[in-house]
Amino acid sequence: MERVVIIDYGLGNLNSVKNALDFIGYPAIISNKKEDIENADYLILPGVGAFSEGMKNLQSLGLIEILKKEVLEKKKPILGICLGMQLLAEESEENGIHKGLGFIKGKVERLKTNLRLPQVGWNNIIIKKDSILLKELPDDNFYFVHSFAFQEKIEDIVTSTCNYGNDFAATIQKDNIFGTQFHPEKSHISGIKLIRNFLNFKKEEKK
Amino acid sequence: MLKKRLIPCLILRDNILVQSIGFNRYLPIGKPEIAIEFFMNWDVDEIILLDINATKQNRKPNLKMIEFISKNCFLPLTVGGGINTIEDVRNVLKAGADKVSINTAAFSNPELIVESSKAFGRQAIVVSIDVKKNSSGDYEVFLGSGKKSTGFEPVEYAKKMESLGAGEILLNSIDKDGMKSGYDLSILKKVSDSVNIPVIACGGVGKMEHFVEGIQQGHASAVSAANIFQHIEQSTIVAKAILKKYGVDVRLISKANYDDFEFDEFGRVLKSPKIEKTTWY
Repeated sequence: MERVVIIDYGLGNLNSVKNALDFIGYPAIISNKKEDIENADYLILPGVGAFSEGMKNLQSLGLIEILKKEVLEKKKPILGICLGMQLLAEESEENGIHKGLGFIKGKVERLKTNLRLPQVGWNNIIIKKDSILLKELPDDNFYFVHSFAFQEKIEDIVTSTCNYGNDFAATIQKDNIFGTQFHPEKSHISGIKLIRNFLNFKKEEKK
Repeated sequence: MLKKRLIPCLILRDNILVQSIGFNRYLPIGKPEIAIEFFMNWDVDEIILLDINATKQNRKPNLKMIEFISKNCFLPLTVGGGINTIEDVRNVLKAGADKVSINTAAFSNPELIVESSKAFGRQAIVVSIDVKKNSSGDYEVFLGSGKKSTGFEPVEYAKKMESLGAGEILLNSIDKDGMKSGYDLSILKKVSDSVNIPVIACGGVGKMEHFVEGIQQGHASAVSAANIFQHIEQSTIVAKAILKKYGVDVRLISKANYDDFEFDEFGRVLKSPKIEKTTWY
C-alpha cells in the first residue's frame, strides 16, 4: 500500500484531505516529520491562507530543504492544493512580492477580474493538455476559493485553465509535480477521482 | 463560468434536524447525518449546518458531531451556532468544517471577525445576518432568533461585516422564514448589490421558482433553503432542473434528467409526462 503524507505546516483544513483519502482507501498520515516525508510514496501539500505565512511556516519547520530533496532529486510525486499549488511557484505578489519554493517556473498573481473576489464556488475547467490527473473525470466542475492564481502563460505545464473574468491556470503538471488551484477534497466525485488519479501516477509511469 | 450555488441549510435543535417556522415553531425531521448522506448525492453544491439553540443555551459547538459528519462530506461544509471565540472557530474548522457561520458574536464582538479572518482566511468566515421589518416598517438586523433588536440597517451592517473580514454573507429573512412565499427580494437585492462578497439568500422558499427569483431578481450568488428540501421528493435535483430551465448556470451531477418533465406548482415531478395519445390498439 502506498504511503501518503499530508504535509502539516499549520495552515488549512488538513482533515478534509485526509477524509478524502480515507474514503478512497489510503490511510494517509498528517505530518511534518522528516522521516515520515522521506518514507512517503506520495506527498500532498494542502493549504488555505496567505502565501507569505505558508512560506514562513515551511521555513521554520525546516521543510523547504526536505521537500527540495524529495521532490526535485528523488522525484517523489507531490500534489499541491490551492495555496499548496501556489507555493510551488517562484514567487507570489500576494501582500508584496514573496519567494516561493521555485519547483515550477512562474508567478502567482492576483486574479485579473471585475467580478467579486475571492472567487468562491464551482467553476468548470478547460483541459488544455493530457495529464494523468485529469483522466476520465465524471464532471468538469470543481470547487474554487481564491483571489490569487498561477499565471496561465506558462503553457507547457498548464494542463487545464479556468475562466473568472480572465483565464488562469486551474491545474499544472511538470513531471512528478502536480498542482490544483481548486480543492479536489471538496469537489465531490470529480475531486475524489482526481485524487485517485494522482495516486495512480507511479503505476502509470511504470507502464 | 462560476456557477450559482444551491445550498441546503440544515437546522439543528438539540442535535435533531428540524423544520423552522417564523423562528419560533419547530417540527422535528430526523438525524442530520442521514440528511447529509442524501444531500451529498443529490446534486447540491454545499451544505450549511446551523445549531440554532447553542448560543441560547450557552453551549459550545458539538465538535464530535461535526467530526462525524465531515468524515463523509466531500462538499464544502459551513457550520454555525455557538461560535463565540477564536478558539471556537479553530475547533470547528479543525473538526472538519470548511467555513464557520457567525451570527450573534459578529454583533457583540466584531473583533472576532477581524481576528478569525486574519488567522484562517476570509473565505472561512461567513457572517449570518437575520433581518426583519421592525415596528416602524424598516428593515433591521435582529439577534437571538429575531427577539433582540440591534438598531442596525442591514445594508450598512453587511458592509461593515465585509470591511471587518467576512468572506460571505448569509442573509436570512425572519418574516419570510417558513412562509413559503419566496425570498425577501427587496432587501436581498439591496445587500447583494452593495457588497463585493458573495451573498447567500435564505428564508421563505416554498416552490422551486423562488430559487430562480433569488438569483435573477435578488442578485444572490447562492440560494439556500431548509424546509422545501425535506418535504419534496428529489427536491434538490428538481431545484437544479428548474434553475437550468430558467437559464441559471448551475452544476449538474445527477444522472437524472428532467428536461422533458412537467412539474406541479411546488416543484413535484408530475408522474405522467404529457404523452401524445397513440392508437396502437
